[in-house]
Amino acid sequence: MADLEIKNLKVAVEDKTILNGVNLHIKDGEVHALMGPNGTGKSTLSETIMGNPRYTITDGQILLNGKDITKMSVDQRARAGVFLAMQYPREVAGVSNANFIHSAMNARSNGKPVPVLKFLQDLQHNMKFLDIPDEYADRGLNEDFSGGEKKRNEILQMMMLKPSMAILDEIDSGLDIDALKVVAKGINAMRSDKFSCLMVTHYQRLLNYVVPDFVHVMVDGKIVKDGGPELAKELEKTGYEGFEKEAEKG
Amino acid sequence: MTKEQIPLKENDVNNERGSMDKVEPVFSTGVGISEATIKEISKAKNEPEWMLDLRLKAYRKYLTMPMLDFGPDLSALNLDKIKYFQRATDHIARKWSDVPDTIKQTFERIGVPKAERQYLAGSSAQYESEAVYSNLKHDLESRGIIFMDTDSALRLHPDLVKEYFGKLISYSDNKFAALNTAVWSGGTFLYVPKGVHADVPIQSYFRINAGRTGQFERTLIIVDEGGSVNYVEGCTAPNYSEDSLHAAVVEVFVKKDAYCRYTTIQNWSTNVYSLETKRASAGENATMEWVDGNLGAKITMKYPSVYLVGRGATGTMLSIAAAGAGMHQDTGAKMIHMAPDTHSQIVSKSICHDGGRADYRGLIKYTKDAHHAHSHVECDTILMDKKSGSDTFPVNDIETSDGTIEHEARVSKVSEEQLYYLESRGLSESAATQLIIMGFLEPFTKQLPMEYAVELNRLIKFQMQGSIG
Repeated sequence: MADLEIKNLKVAVEDKTILNGVNLHIKDGEVHALMGPNGTGKSTLSETIMGNPRYTITDGQILLNGKDITKMSVDQRARAGVFLAMQYPREVAGVSNANFIHSAMNARSNGKPVPVLKFLQDLQHNMKFLDIPDEYADRGLNEDFSGGEKKRNEILQMMMLKPSMAILDEIDSGLDIDALKVVAKGINAMRSDKFSCLMVTHYQRLLNYVVPDFVHVMVDGKIVKDGGPELAKELEKTGYEGFEKEAEKG
Repeated sequence: MTKEQIPLKENDVNNERGSMDKVEPVFSTGVGISEATIKEISKAKNEPEWMLDLRLKAYRKYLTMPMLDFGPDLSALNLDKIKYFQRATDHIARKWSDVPDTIKQTFERIGVPKAERQYLAGSSAQYESEAVYSNLKHDLESRGIIFMDTDSALRLHPDLVKEYFGKLISYSDNKFAALNTAVWSGGTFLYVPKGVHADVPIQSYFRINAGRTGQFERTLIIVDEGGSVNYVEGCTAPNYSEDSLHAAVVEVFVKKDAYCRYTTIQNWSTNVYSLETKRASAGENATMEWVDGNLGAKITMKYPSVYLVGRGATGTMLSIAAAGAGMHQDTGAKMIHMAPDTHSQIVSKSICHDGGRADYRGLIKYTKDAHHAHSHVECDTILMDKKSGSDTFPVNDIETSDGTIEHEARVSKVSEEQLYYLESRGLSESAATQLIIMGFLEPFTKQLPMEYAVELNRLIKFQMQGSIG
C-alpha cells in the first residue's frame, strides 16, 4: 500500500531552480504517467522522491502514506517502499547481480534473512519471465550490460524487491519493441492494489502496453495538465509545443 | 649476550601477555643475537656442520649490511630486543593426541583441525618458532610428495635441502635475508616429484604467539618437471603490545613444464614488522603464480619475484593490501624476464582507510635474452578518506627492443553514484560500501579456496569497521 502526495515541491540543483512547485497525488494501486519534453524536470522529480543528494528541496513536501519523507535517507526511503528504476543504472564490478539483489532483500526484511533457496527460485522464475539469460545472475551488477539489458535488470530488481511505490524513469528509452514488451509485461505483473507507480516517459509508446490510470504533463518544472489515458494519445498527435507556448506566456 | 644468560626454561613466559595462551617454551635463547646464540640454535637442532657454517657466514654479513634505504621508516625496530629462537615442544608431534592441550585450543580457535578435515591433504602448523603439529595424508606420501617443516627436512632429506637452500636467495641479498639465514627456524619444505600433481591445496597455518618472538621461517618449495602444486599459507596473530619481527625467506623452484601457486594471507597484528623475501624461478614453459594478501602488520615490505629463466615461462602476481590506522603496506612484485617468450602479469589492489598507507613498488626487467617478452601491470587503489595515502613506484629495466609492457594505475574513491544506486535498493551506506569494497577485491578472492575467501571478507569487514560505518 502506498499513497504518495507531493505538495508544492520546489527543487534546485546547484542554485538553479528546476521544479517550480509540483503537486501530484498517487493513491494506492494507481499507475500514473508523467510526460513532457526533455529538460523539463521529470527526472529531477524522480530523483528527488528517491532522495538523491544532488537535489536540494527549497520548499514543499513529499508525503508517503501521510508521512513526510524529505528528511529520510535514501536507504530509509527504499525500505519504506520507494523504488526508482534509474535512467542510467550504475555498474558495480565484482558484485554479482544475484548477490546484490539478495543483499538488498535482506536489508529490507527486518533482520530476517531471505532463505537462499527460496531466493534463487524466485530469481530464476522472474528472470525467465523477463527473458533474461541465467548467466546474468552471476555477472557483475550491470557490468557490461547493454542499455536494454540494464533496463530489464531494473525491472527484475523491482519484481524481486516488491516495492509499494515504484518510479520508473524513462524505462522505455533505448528499448526495441521486443524489449519494450518484456518491460511492460514486468510492470503489468506488478499491478495490484498494493502497487503504485509513476512512469516517467517522453513517448506515448510505452503507454500502449502499460495503460496508466492518469497522465500528467510537465513543462518547465510544473505540471501543466492532468488527464486520463486519452491525454497521452492527444499528445502524440499535437506534441508538447502547445504546452510549451503556454508556459512561456506564463 | 653470554651463554649464562640464556634461560633454558622460561617460567615467566606468560607475564604481561594478557590473553596469550599458556604455553611454556621448553627452550629459548632469550633476547638478542650473537654468534653464541646461533651456535646454540644450531646445536639444539642437531644440524649438520654446513648449516652452522652458513648461519655464521650470514650473521657476519648481516652485521656489515646497512638497513634498507627505501620505503617505510624502520627506525623504531630494535633488533636487539627480539627473541630469536623459542621452541614450544621438544619434538614435532605427528599425532594430534600428542599435541599439548593449550596449543590444541589455539589451533582450534584459528581453525586448523576443522580446515584439515574439510580440505586438506596435509597440514602443518607453525607455532612460535617450530612446527608442533605436522600431519601428512597418506596418499601424498605414497606419491612421493615431501611436506614437512624445514628443520625436519634438513634431518631427513639433507641432500635435497643442501641442493636448493639459499640458491635463489643468497644471504647477502639484503639485511633481512642475512638475518633469516643466520637464525632461521621452521617454515615449510615441500617437494613435488616429476610429473606428480598435488590435486588439493596443501596448506599451513602460521602464528606468532609470544611478544618479541622473531619468526624467521625458511620455506623451500621444489616442483620438479611437469609437477604441480597449490600451496596455501594463512597467517593470523593475536594482538599484544610488544613489537615483533617477521622476516621470512621463501624460495620456490618451478622446473620445466611445472606449475606452482603460492597463496598467502598475512594478518599480523599491527605491531608486527613483516619484512619478507620471496623469490621463485620458473623454467621452460613453467608457471609460477603468487597470490598474496596483506591485511595486517605495522609495516609490511614484501616484493615477491619470479625469475623467468626458461623459454615460455609465465609469472603472475595477484595481490591485495588493506592499510588502516598506523599501517604501512609497501608491497609489490618483481618479474625478471631472462628468456625469450616469457610472460608476466601483476595485478595489485589496495584499500587505504583511517590514515593507512599502501604503496606499490615493482620491477619489470627484460634482459637482453628476453625476446618477445610481455608484461602487464595493473595497480588499483581505493582511498576511503583524505587521511589515507597511496603511491606507485614502478620501475622498468629493459635491455631488449622487441618486448611489450602495459602499465595501468588508478586511484579512486568509492563512487557516490554507486553508493546512491545501492542505497536506493535499501542497503545502508555501510552495507553498500562494504559490498562495493568486496566487489573491488573479487578478482583476488575468487582465486582463493572457499574458506579463505570467506575468512578474508570477514577480516576486511572487521578491519574496516570504523571507516564504513
